[in-house]
Amino acid sequence: MNIGVLALQGAVAEHIRMVEREGAAGVAVKRTEQLADLDGIIIPGGESTTIGKLMRLYGFLEELQAFAKQGKPIFGTCAGLIVLAKEIEGQEEAHLGLMDITVIRNAFGRQRESFEADLPIKGVEGAVRAVFIRAPLIGRVGPEVDVLCTYQDQIVAARQSNLLVASFHPELTDDSRMHAYFLDMVREARA
Amino acid sequence: METGTSRVKRGMAEMQKGGVIMDVMNAEQAKIAEAAGAVAVMALERVPADIRAAGGVSRMADPTIVEEVQKVVSIPVMAKARIGHFVEAKVLEALGVDYIDESEVLTPADEVYHINKHDFTVPFVCGARDIGEALRRIGEGASMIRTKGEPGTGNIVEAVRHMRMMMSQIRKVQSMSKDELMAEAKNVGAPYELLLQVHETGKLPVVNFAAGGVATPSDAALMMHLGSDGVFVGSGIFKSDNPEKFARAIVEATTHYTDFDLIAKLSKNLGTPMKGIEISKLEVTQRMQERGW
Repeated sequence: MNIGVLALQGAVAEHIRMVEREGAAGVAVKRTEQLADLDGIIIPGGESTTIGKLMRLYGFLEELQAFAKQGKPIFGTCAGLIVLAKEIEGQEEAHLGLMDITVIRNAFGRQRESFEADLPIKGVEGAVRAVFIRAPLIGRVGPEVDVLCTYQDQIVAARQSNLLVASFHPELTDDSRMHAYFLDMVREARA
Repeated sequence: METGTSRVKRGMAEMQKGGVIMDVMNAEQAKIAEAAGAVAVMALERVPADIRAAGGVSRMADPTIVEEVQKVVSIPVMAKARIGHFVEAKVLEALGVDYIDESEVLTPADEVYHINKHDFTVPFVCGARDIGEALRRIGEGASMIRTKGEPGTGNIVEAVRHMRMMMSQIRKVQSMSKDELMAEAKNVGAPYELLLQVHETGKLPVVNFAAGGVATPSDAALMMHLGSDGVFVGSGIFKSDNPEKFARAIVEATTHYTDFDLIAKLSKNLGTPMKGIEISKLEVTQRMQERGW
């Protein structure tokens, strides 16, 4: 199974390490030509304005929209979540606009308000250590979206068929269960 | 729920990887930097080249500038405190700055002690010229390291020297026998436990950026090839002929640092980069990299 990690900017190596720990091959993706060989892709944490701008510049918007249309899974963490959302609060333009959610950027405040906490996630056994860094929140979800995790009644992880998002960073811990969950989605999509 | 953990502080720097952090002096420049794709901006009263030209004591920026920049961009805002000046750092933390640079670009406030950075919820980046200096700063709580280079010169030679030195020392430590590590810790003046981590992982425990002399897209790509996780550009952007174009080109060259066709294209008709200073023409007392230890 080949899992790409979009490598325009952000924490790429950490996701590759997690994917490989779960037995799949991890590939850093810098060009759209690489997408054809992938079974799924992760859009990592980073700065969403930077990643969004570079995605536009190199033609990733259309190519990733087509990728999702083929039913191939996409997992977005933090900036990746923002990039996948249909609506970004306070911003006119979304990026990929694939997932029927409205996202609120920097919802917890500035870096000094960044935190970690143990949270239960639907479909994953036991609590997961969730690391929030200048994290976004999901303010609204559409009818097709399944909420997987909340923190103080706010939505921080969700799934819409082949799309998975988390506002925290599972790649910054030693716990690869969220990645295992995503790889299960990829397996389902391939079957 | 825990704030200010080392994972949260170091993780913030991880999210900046592969990106360019730009020095800005006002809201207008901050907007240009964000639109060009900067991953963060450093809010300053003067860029290093102007600090060098002005002379005198250089201090933390006026909070008005920091707040003005915070208001107009959604990317992280960093600011500089003088080496050892923990009150300036506390003030910046109170302002809600996302990252503090304990920086040799400003006049040091303490010639013996750097700030105890464990005392802060906000993360710190510090400059280093070699592995010992990097690990001492990490020992004090720095969550991100950058080369010192020679700020405000537009000359990449010192940043290259520091990155080459760091990478060569990391490779050496990695290949050493465990028996040799304590002696090496003494030689380079690094905490043993941190040197042991470098030995086991083959990298610094935190993200390592290039800084101090980056002036062109090729400079940025060169530093990425030498092992930088990302790039700080100080005077290089807003001291060039066409800041917007330079900023965009440096962002793209940092992402695609192995694509030389693209870098060739990006370098065309960029206009004049900042003027630059030959390092041998700088008196030792004018070298900012000698500040701190």
